[in-house]
Amino acid sequence: MAGEIDVVQTLATTVAAGTPVLYATLGEILTERSGVLNLGLEGMMLVGGMAGFAATAVTGNVFIGVLVSLAAGAALALIHAFFACSIGVNQVVSGLSLTLVGTGIAAYFGRSLVGQPAADSFQTIKIPVLSDLPVVGPILFSQNLFVYFSFLLVPALYFFIYRTRPGLNLRAVGENPATADAQGISVVGTRYLYTMLGGALVGMGGASISLGSNPNWQENITAGRGWIAVGLVIFALWNPWRALVGAYLFGGLEALQFSLQVAGVPISSYFLRMLPYLLTIAALVFTQWRLKDQAGRASSAAPSGLGLFYLRRERG
Amino acid sequence: MKNSRNQSKFGLVAGVLLALSVLLMACGDSTATTASTAAAGTTAAASATTAAAGATTAAGATTAAGTTAATATTAAAAGATTAAATGEKFKVAFVYVGPIGDGGWTFAHEQARKKLVETLPNVEATYIESVDENPTTSEAVITELAQKGNKMIFTTSFGYMDPTINVAKKFPNVYFEHATGYKTAANVAVYQVRQYQARYLAGIVAGKMTKSNIIGYVAAFPIPEVIGGINAFTLGARSVNPAAKVKVVWTNTWYDPGLEKTAAKSLLNAGADILGQHQDTPSILQAAQEVGKYAFGNDSIMESYAPKAHLASPYWDWSPYYIERVKAAMNGTWKTGDYFGGLKEGVVDLSPLNAVVPDDVKKLVDEKKAAIKAGTLDVYAGPYKDQSGATKVAAGATLSDKDITSINYFVEGVDGTIPK
Repeated sequence: MAGEIDVVQTLATTVAAGTPVLYATLGEILTERSGVLNLGLEGMMLVGGMAGFAATAVTGNVFIGVLVSLAAGAALALIHAFFACSIGVNQVVSGLSLTLVGTGIAAYFGRSLVGQPAADSFQTIKIPVLSDLPVVGPILFSQNLFVYFSFLLVPALYFFIYRTRPGLNLRAVGENPATADAQGISVVGTRYLYTMLGGALVGMGGASISLGSNPNWQENITAGRGWIAVGLVIFALWNPWRALVGAYLFGGLEALQFSLQVAGVPISSYFLRMLPYLLTIAALVFTQWRLKDQAGRASSAAPSGLGLFYLRRERG
Repeated sequence: MKNSRNQSKFGLVAGVLLALSVLLMACGDSTATTASTAAAGTTAAASATTAAAGATTAAGATTAAGTTAATATTAAAAGATTAAATGEKFKVAFVYVGPIGDGGWTFAHEQARKKLVETLPNVEATYIESVDENPTTSEAVITELAQKGNKMIFTTSFGYMDPTINVAKKFPNVYFEHATGYKTAANVAVYQVRQYQARYLAGIVAGKMTKSNIIGYVAAFPIPEVIGGINAFTLGARSVNPAAKVKVVWTNTWYDPGLEKTAAKSLLNAGADILGQHQDTPSILQAAQEVGKYAFGNDSIMESYAPKAHLASPYWDWSPYYIERVKAAMNGTWKTGDYFGGLKEGVVDLSPLNAVVPDDVKKLVDEKKAAIKAGTLDVYAGPYKDQSGATKVAAGATLSDKDITSINYFVEGVDGTIPK
């Protein structure tokens, strides 16, 4: 008992702790692939989490709660899309404002929800047969629906982005909007669409906390996970599979710091607490360094049009 | 980048977004709007300026997100009070470290503030929430409150200690009250509650209820208040169950629901069947409820979050102190001091126990509670040892208040280390 780390349980906790960050990262990947940089993740997660919890409280149905969280995330992202794609303001600034506004909206409208137990929430579902498998059973197949859905979402998004025509259009808009425009793709329309779809996923990431892992509403329930996701997008090189790796690395370090403490490993808990953030920074440095090595593989680099306003030049 | 154009547009964006949020708040606050439209107008303007000030800082520092949102909502709340206020009221302000919706520490202070206003209708009590503990931010906030004509300012977290003292020097006519600190001045009093008394009672329940004899404890920061709480909890548990061990993990944060839950899970995985805690959120209770184990709340009564798992919550009722001190300030009888109230004064208590707790345990807790109130039971009375087995407090001895507020070791029975 003492002195040992329960690896299986630590990994199971890793998956659970990484899932909200995973949704936020996937959402931002979609958005950034279209060339829009939205730093409002924290705000969208909070509004999604609050709205989802509120809708569940009113209707008693968690699935309606999830739908509302998707809609709330998308609605907030729409504001950003308007400023970024139609007016052409600095996207960094607009995204930061969105975080502030989102945090405020969630806190204000969530006020009456504080202290309420969740009307309904996503419980752990053990998948028959699979959950009985040694090792992988407890880690992957004794989780809640948010986790299972993310298992499907990652390959689906990968396939969509790299193997379908709409995915190709999405990448084209993000890489070279002028060329995409010449091809007859609506740049502004595409950017609106994926900013909102991305926002919806980020909102759902918030709901995966308020209706999943921590079924209640508290202000700032995300505690900075939206910002972690911003870093993970770069770590992931805008690729859903790598986002999965990054999110689980983050979740793994979160889980490991306590497993080590429980096992009595003599490492300062201050150091352990820094690990997830150190990792994020290290990953960013590593990514930059690797990119130089592999210059030319456009699919693994940042979309060239990221953060830039596109305005079609009229021919005189 | 083509910044000149972008920046002017930033003004527009920020303005529109902030105006939008202020508008939303004004709509939501319809109960107060009828009182006076003029007041509502000024409130909106005020909140817009504070929020804008927040936005400028936030562009540089990401962490300011919470603060700004907080300022905006505060302004709305302050507006509600202003709308009702005519004539001269005694102005009191509170500085909170977390959001009032944290369901824990700040929530408890907020409940007391509300009670204060109900009890003393001539008092106007406003608050600013989520104020960062870093000296620059908190000193600016406290200074602003003093400049705005508040006669009395309560700063409710340990980290505000030096800023409070600094501001108090500049405003000798304002009364300051700092929670959990130890520096006083002619116009600065400190106040703290004997949390350890309620934690000792919680420990008794834990010691009786555990089957594995492993009791987990999720702790925020290794400061005397938390360390002493763990010791008292452990002493309580081992007073009824000498085989019980208390396993401690540190989160190094007061407020991160996700992280606290991960910490709780790690303890449950290690065989703990009861969880104690010193955190500001109910995540630990939720983790315990998911796997059919038990846990304690903290700071406020957290039963509603996980009614099955919730054994009880050590909680603090600050209102008797606030009411007494504000009254004294209004009468001119206020003096600086070092308040350390407990069960006897009614500022500390353990909430009613879960129905699963057997009646004999309930009876035992009631007896011990009465004994602490009567002064016949001293939680920290010896004999007991520290983790190394060395006798720390001999039979017949106890800890002075100064010892209690500077405790820096674990008693025997605690399984964990204090990070250095």
